Amino acid sequence: MDNFRTLPELKPGESGVIIDIQGGSGLVRHLESLGVRVGKRVTKISAQFWRGPQVIKIDNIQIALGFGMSRKVYVEIKK
Amino acid sequence: MKKILLMGNPNVGKSAIFSRLTGVKVIISNYPGTTIEFTQGYLKLGEEKVQVLDVPGTYTLEPLTKAEEIACLMLKKGDLVINIVDATNLERNLYLTLQLLEKNIPVIAALNMWDDTKHRGIEIDVKKLEKLLDIPVVPTCGLTGEGIHRLIDRFKEAKISALKLASDKERWEEIGKIVGEVQKLHHRHHTFLETLEDLSIKPLSGIPIALGVIYVSFKIIRFIGEGLIGNVFEPIFENLWLPLMTKLSQFLGQSGFLHGILIGHLIEGEIDFGMSFGLLTTGLFVPIAMVLPYIFSFYLVLGLLEDWGYLPRLAVLADNIMHRLGLHGYAIVPMILGLGCNVPGALATRLLVGRREKFIAATLMAIAVPCMAQIAMIVGLVGKRGGQYVAVVFLTLVLLWFILGGILHRILKGESPELILEIPPYRRPQILAVIKKLWMRTYAFLVSAVPYVLLGILIANILYTLKVIDLLAKLSSPILSGLWGLPSEAISALLIGFLRKDVAVGMLGPLNLTTKQLVVGSTILAIYFPCVATFVVLIRELGIKDTLKSTIIMIIVALLVGGLLNLILPNV
Repeated sequence: MDNFRTLPELKPGESGVIIDIQGGSGLVRHLESLGVRVGKRVTKISAQFWRGPQVIKIDNIQIALGFGMSRKVYVEIKK
Repeated sequence: MKKILLMGNPNVGKSAIFSRLTGVKVIISNYPGTTIEFTQGYLKLGEEKVQVLDVPGTYTLEPLTKAEEIACLMLKKGDLVINIVDATNLERNLYLTLQLLEKNIPVIAALNMWDDTKHRGIEIDVKKLEKLLDIPVVPTCGLTGEGIHRLIDRFKEAKISALKLASDKERWEEIGKIVGEVQKLHHRHHTFLETLEDLSIKPLSGIPIALGVIYVSFKIIRFIGEGLIGNVFEPIFENLWLPLMTKLSQFLGQSGFLHGILIGHLIEGEIDFGMSFGLLTTGLFVPIAMVLPYIFSFYLVLGLLEDWGYLPRLAVLADNIMHRLGLHGYAIVPMILGLGCNVPGALATRLLVGRREKFIAATLMAIAVPCMAQIAMIVGLVGKRGGQYVAVVFLTLVLLWFILGGILHRILKGESPELILEIPPYRRPQILAVIKKLWMRTYAFLVSAVPYVLLGILIANILYTLKVIDLLAKLSSPILSGLWGLPSEAISALLIGFLRKDVAVGMLGPLNLTTKQLVVGSTILAIYFPCVATFVVLIRELGIKDTLKSTIIMIIVALLVGGLLNLILPNV
């Protein structure tokens, strides 16, 4: 289970594959429509201070997610 | 008449294609969601004239936001959909495409940002994509106009696709299959722009960059604004307009009713454009020579920042601070727009989701964000007494913004929503688009401001002549003199402030105020009430009840802050 992280736990520059989004169907759909969905490779770009938004990159898109939301996105890091 | 709908994700260059198709001037910018109010125009297809509708950007056909709701409603009334697809983000864009194909409406796809794919190392097999989607696909570039004619030529080939999928799961599988077949990615190095993108979103480098961008922006705005005033507009008024007006003044006998309305009072026997307060003197000088240069330079810089793609990054960086005020980072946009003019600022609050958030953002903007017209006048008038006094006015407003936001966040029930936002790549602004937008905004200022300024000055002059001001001054003197330490004639400025804040600040000029009174008066004018145009938009955006609540807060805050400043500022 060591390889499972939430988005805020990733370091900037680290990447992994999204394995689960634990949220209501509304949130999941919203994220999916932006391209954030299970099976996608995600790279963390940066995190803002004090539990601020997390910036991630999927394909060619950069997306900023609030801290609370980003904690619901689980990522597996392949060594 | 046939209706053609332009549909696509936010920020894929829809508005650019729209203006290419119709030639109608529309706002094109890099901020996701600017086109909530849809735009329409007309296009001639041979003999037939068709209506083209620029539908708000949407990620899905399930209405998650207000913009998407509108998009779904509009889809029902269309005859043909042009689906604008960002070629550099094929996978995500195709989701909306598949949903569109499932509807019973002919679709044609424009593969936009085609020029961007090359340097991003993306190769797309358009022929194969056409076959898989079962609709025509045309590569386009909205900013240069490449491919637009081909797109129009192929409208007649648009058709209802045979590709029908039932569930999200099927859609994503199909998209995976399609992208795998038609798209090849080549490895390439980080470009300079991408390195800059990364630096400006990382907090350690991003916050200094943001402060730098804001600082430089205001430096440029001031430089251009003052340059235009000092080198262009003031000389024109002094050398060309003043001799004419002096003759007119002599012709009218230097006094009397008509002279008072047109020329105003002579200051030491001469016309003073800032203080005479006639329609043809101050009435033209204020909007054109004092305010317009700043409006022009502000919107030039704002337009460049928008099209460059900087604002969403500012929203992310500001998110933390905004959360302390019960808002999220997005709310920085109404605040920045409000600095230009409170009307678009108030309109932009509709980008925010919740009622609570809208209320806080609108109230904070109306109270603590003065518009460029007002800023120009405060800088012009208070600045004559010394830059530090201008600083006192703006520092008070900034502090007020934070404190009031914090208080509203505490006392209003509810959560502040979280940020979720796409950050578009940096793009070199298209000069033509920037100039077009700058022209539209400047023009909008001139046509809406000049009549109101003239009206404001006319009403002020009539009220003076009829001695109404004297009466009101007597009635309001407990508050004005007692609480704020202002002469009771300042009531005239407060009255005219409903119409135009810049004129109102100008009206403090001839009152011979002390510097302290000037600072207190300018600050109160910024806070106490929005101008009538902003007020109307607030009612539309917030509803009457919330607008009234907001207004009560404004008045209370103006009473308190004015009184406080009067107490603590030294007498100068």
